[in-house]
Amino acid sequence: MTALPLILTVFVACAVEAIEALTIVLAAGLTRQWRSTFQGMAAALVVLAAVVGVLGPTITLLPLGTLRLVVGALLAIFGLQWLRKAILRASGHKALHDEASAYLREVAAAKAAPEVRKGRVSDWYAFTLSFKGVLLEGLEVVFIVITFGDNQRDLGAAVIGAAIAVVVVTVTGIAVRAPLAKVPENALKFAVGIMLTSFGTFWGAEGAGVTWPGGDAALLVIVPVVAVVSLAYVFWILRYRPPASLGQQAPTPEGVTN
Amino acid sequence: MLRALKSFGAFWYDFVIGDDWHVAAIVVVALGLTALLTHAAHVNAWWLVPLAAFAALAWSLYRATSGRS
Repeated sequence: MTALPLILTVFVACAVEAIEALTIVLAAGLTRQWRSTFQGMAAALVVLAAVVGVLGPTITLLPLGTLRLVVGALLAIFGLQWLRKAILRASGHKALHDEASAYLREVAAAKAAPEVRKGRVSDWYAFTLSFKGVLLEGLEVVFIVITFGDNQRDLGAAVIGAAIAVVVVTVTGIAVRAPLAKVPENALKFAVGIMLTSFGTFWGAEGAGVTWPGGDAALLVIVPVVAVVSLAYVFWILRYRPPASLGQQAPTPEGVTN
Repeated sequence: MLRALKSFGAFWYDFVIGDDWHVAAIVVVALGLTALLTHAAHVNAWWLVPLAAFAALAWSLYRATSGRS
């Protein structure tokens, strides 16, 4: 696999996470104060950089077969969970992820919280909200960067894909000063789920010892097959239990957004 | 300390395994079977993991939409 598909896959996956982090940072910064928000963001970025600095090179020390088996299994499991949520959302069995309403929830909570000073941080609530948001979404970015980068023995390309995603989302966020609600986030998550599942299946099986027909070119078949099967599942679930209204929250066991 | 370890473990469980642990279990079993077939029986079972992944997803979706999860 050349660097371009790797960069593109990591870019899309990381852009989705960056959009969610941006929503939280904006809620903290615009509602509370920017200084503490930036302090929280900076602290989270330092922790994330340390995780990449330690884990990235360490994982590379594993033999390629073991690495592909372990990372492939993790990616396949992780990807199937994304795909499961995306299919439930696309079929109306789960509420669509909505950055605008997520932003409003964070703003309401931020307005209600008291202002507490701790050390050099003048607003502890803004600091922790920003820190947690960037760290948790950032960990997903780190997971994707390390698994994809190490598996392809091209951590640099994966970091480039993630960095471009973070810069693009940040610059856009600064420009519009609002959550990026118009980005087709649910469709992107569906696509990311397909990619994670496809790569996880490919690497996991390869790590278990199989030889894929066509070698790396097998991915050109696996990705569309996973996409077609996933879409077929959407239609299957629609027929199995038609929701009241597509895109609206349906009264089902999984109607909670996350 | 124990509380911190518990919440750390809970975070990673939720992060990787998510809403349905059955999916993770099926993937792990499928990979184990694939390794067994490939190394012990010399069968190039490249088809096993994708089939298991599709089956796990279908089962998990069925459980989620029928209220069994």
